[in-house]
Amino acid sequence: MPSNWLVLIVLALATIGFVIGRARAIQSAGGETRDLHSLPSYYGTHVAMMAAVPAIGLLLIWLIAQPLIINSSVASSIPDSAIAETDLGLVMSDVRRVADGLDVAVSQGAMTTQDAQNLNADETDVRAELAKVGVALGSDVSVPILEAAQDYRQKSKVGSMAMAAAVLTLVAGGMFFAVGRTNKSFRARNVVESGIKTLLLAAASLAILTTLGIVLSLVFNTVEFFKLYPLSEFFFGLTWAPSFGGGSELGFLPLLWGTLYISIIALAVAVPIGLFAAIYLSEYASPKMRSVAKPLIEILAGIPTIVYGLFALLTVGPLLVSIFGADGVGIMKAGTAVMTAGLVMGVMLIPFVSSLSDDIINAVPQSLRDGSYGLGATRSETIKQVVLPAALPGIVGAILLAASRAIGETMIVVLGAGAAARLSLNPFEAMTTVTAKIVSQLTGDADFASPEALVAFALAMALFIITLGLNVVALYIVRKYREQYE
Amino acid sequence: MFDTDNAKNTMTQTDIKFSAKNVQVFYGENHAIKDVNVELEDKTVTAFIGPSGCGKSTFLRCLNRMNDTIDICKVKGDILLDGEDIYDKRVDPVQLRAKVGMVFQKPNPFPKSIYDNVAYGPRIHGLARSKAELDEIVEKSLRGAAIWNEVKDRLDAPGTGLSGGQQQRLCIARAIATKPEVLLMDEPCSALDPIATAQVEELIDDLRKDFSVVIVTHSMQQAARVSQKTAFFHLGNLVEFGETPQIFTNPEDERTESYITGRIG
Ligand SMILES: Nc1ncnc2c1ncn2[C@@H]1O[C@H](COP(=O)(O)OP(=O)(O)O)[C@@H](O)[C@H]1O
Ligand SMILES: [Mg+2]
Repeated sequence: MPSNWLVLIVLALATIGFVIGRARAIQSAGGETRDLHSLPSYYGTHVAMMAAVPAIGLLLIWLIAQPLIINSSVASSIPDSAIAETDLGLVMSDVRRVADGLDVAVSQGAMTTQDAQNLNADETDVRAELAKVGVALGSDVSVPILEAAQDYRQKSKVGSMAMAAAVLTLVAGGMFFAVGRTNKSFRARNVVESGIKTLLLAAASLAILTTLGIVLSLVFNTVEFFKLYPLSEFFFGLTWAPSFGGGSELGFLPLLWGTLYISIIALAVAVPIGLFAAIYLSEYASPKMRSVAKPLIEILAGIPTIVYGLFALLTVGPLLVSIFGADGVGIMKAGTAVMTAGLVMGVMLIPFVSSLSDDIINAVPQSLRDGSYGLGATRSETIKQVVLPAALPGIVGAILLAASRAIGETMIVVLGAGAAARLSLNPFEAMTTVTAKIVSQLTGDADFASPEALVAFALAMALFIITLGLNVVALYIVRKYREQYE
Repeated sequence: MFDTDNAKNTMTQTDIKFSAKNVQVFYGENHAIKDVNVELEDKTVTAFIGPSGCGKSTFLRCLNRMNDTIDICKVKGDILLDGEDIYDKRVDPVQLRAKVGMVFQKPNPFPKSIYDNVAYGPRIHGLARSKAELDEIVEKSLRGAAIWNEVKDRLDAPGTGLSGGQQQRLCIARAIATKPEVLLMDEPCSALDPIATAQVEELIDDLRKDFSVVIVTHSMQQAARVSQKTAFFHLGNLVEFGETPQIFTNPEDERTESYITGRIG
């Protein structure tokens, strides 16, 4: 029985449970709903919850655990001779592919269940049989692999049946238990309340656990990388020259320099423009102007970065070349350069800086402005001497958040800054960043266990620590500032 | 000495500082001040009283054109300061506000040091030629606001760190540092405890020697204690204006009487 059917059945049973629970509660109060501790629908929800939640929880755990268990039990039965040339992981993925292929063949009616189970790799060309139903296999199927696949199917089938049985038993049990304790003085409302609380808590923990999982996978792979490549050469190496044949130089500094250089140019564009725009919008613009201009600026924030990347590649790059290239000043060789990417990234960050700063400037109490006007200060004096100093910590926070966006940006760099890792001061030369190199190290057909691929994790880890640090400092500053006026 | 001082007093008592003629104020459609005519004297404390929402603050803000900072607010009629129309096109509201200082309901010190708070106005208007001169202005203003002794050892501490009453006196020091001729105060004690209120009231009485003071207040006892003249506003109208004792003991209008006896409010 497929698991989505199982889910539907559980939900249907829970709905029935709702009706039963509600009816039973009303009946226990002799039809007088005012005598009930809780509203009738709470009793229904209580039964539905007791029926569905444990069952679906079990279902999820089972779905995760079953493949793991079957995998290892099948793997241990494969003879060593079949694994000789490759490794166990590859053999197991072949096994699963054959097993899935047989499933497809059976469901399309090309084989009976019996046939699939009795196939013999010596007699039948399994690869050809499966190709007929549209399942392509990479190599011929050997006897041990076919046997393992059949074993795999058999165990999966048993496992699924057991799962269905267990889940349905749990539904019935939960419903029985819940209906049993339903009577007019039972506090269904409180139980439902704590159930909802648990649900929300589970969602929050899941989000935290996911983050933790991501960080751990980064950490493990980084450690793996540093087993293969010396730490000091990574952090202090001045050359980035990966070669998949081995003997790469994987120095972090050129990439870090590219990242910082592009980010600094981007911030040099975004901070003044964004801040001035925010000051205009919050202090000078009429409400009408503001209601038009603010959404227009925020549209910039909704443009996907790949579009900015195209803009850099096709418009800004050629434009800069025509001014600074061979026909002009003569210091720019090609359209892809630090300057191109930096300028475009700056445009991308403008709405980010402006809308955060706008919020922060608006949070400066009007009474401070009144105080300043009341002393005969002009608007710009008031802004310069009262509003901005009061908003400064928040604005610094906004800038740090923008900086961490700039450091993490990838698409604009890939398309606008080129791919050469270089330590240079000339902003019209191509350079590349940490993020762009992570992409290029993982999108080749490199062996996943080589230092050239694993370095991506070390880079990602370094990037993660830098942006995390920036975010923490920024949030700390913003929060401290918030407290001041509350 | 005593005699001349007295003579001077009687002379200045009759000087008219502000003269308002047919003043109307609108917030969009809302007619907040209706045809107010009043003359405010120099070196006098004038109190504006009346139920809340009757337009006391609005009228007060007309006197230094703070209403200009509210987009929907329109002021009609004439307001003369020393005989000159402050709503004239040639008058710069920013200059006017240096002459007509304002203290607000809630103490609003800037998030700067005590010194910088007081020096703010003089710096903007270029009142001091040297640091020593600025120091002197700051000290004099803080003394004038009766807070010098409390803060003289921590002029570099942030003004926001003072207690409510100290903050309000700091704001008064800040306002008198620009050497205004008139001081407008919008319920300056409503956020203060009774002791701080008493200190500020005492201060207001002192200030009368150098400035003319206009104070909006909710408390009739306060109006009676600090003011010489009282104006009673009701629903945007100036109902009655006269000597403070007269208003409180023998009001002419029955609305004034109902208000001070607590029947409307
Ligand atoms: N900024 C403003 N915008 C619109 N209407 C206002 C504003 N300030 C005051 N008003 C209106 O003007 C009237 C008088 O208010 P106000 O002068 O603050 O009264 P008071 O200070 O006597 O309590 C009220 O009806 C109030 O709603
Ligand atoms: Mg008021």
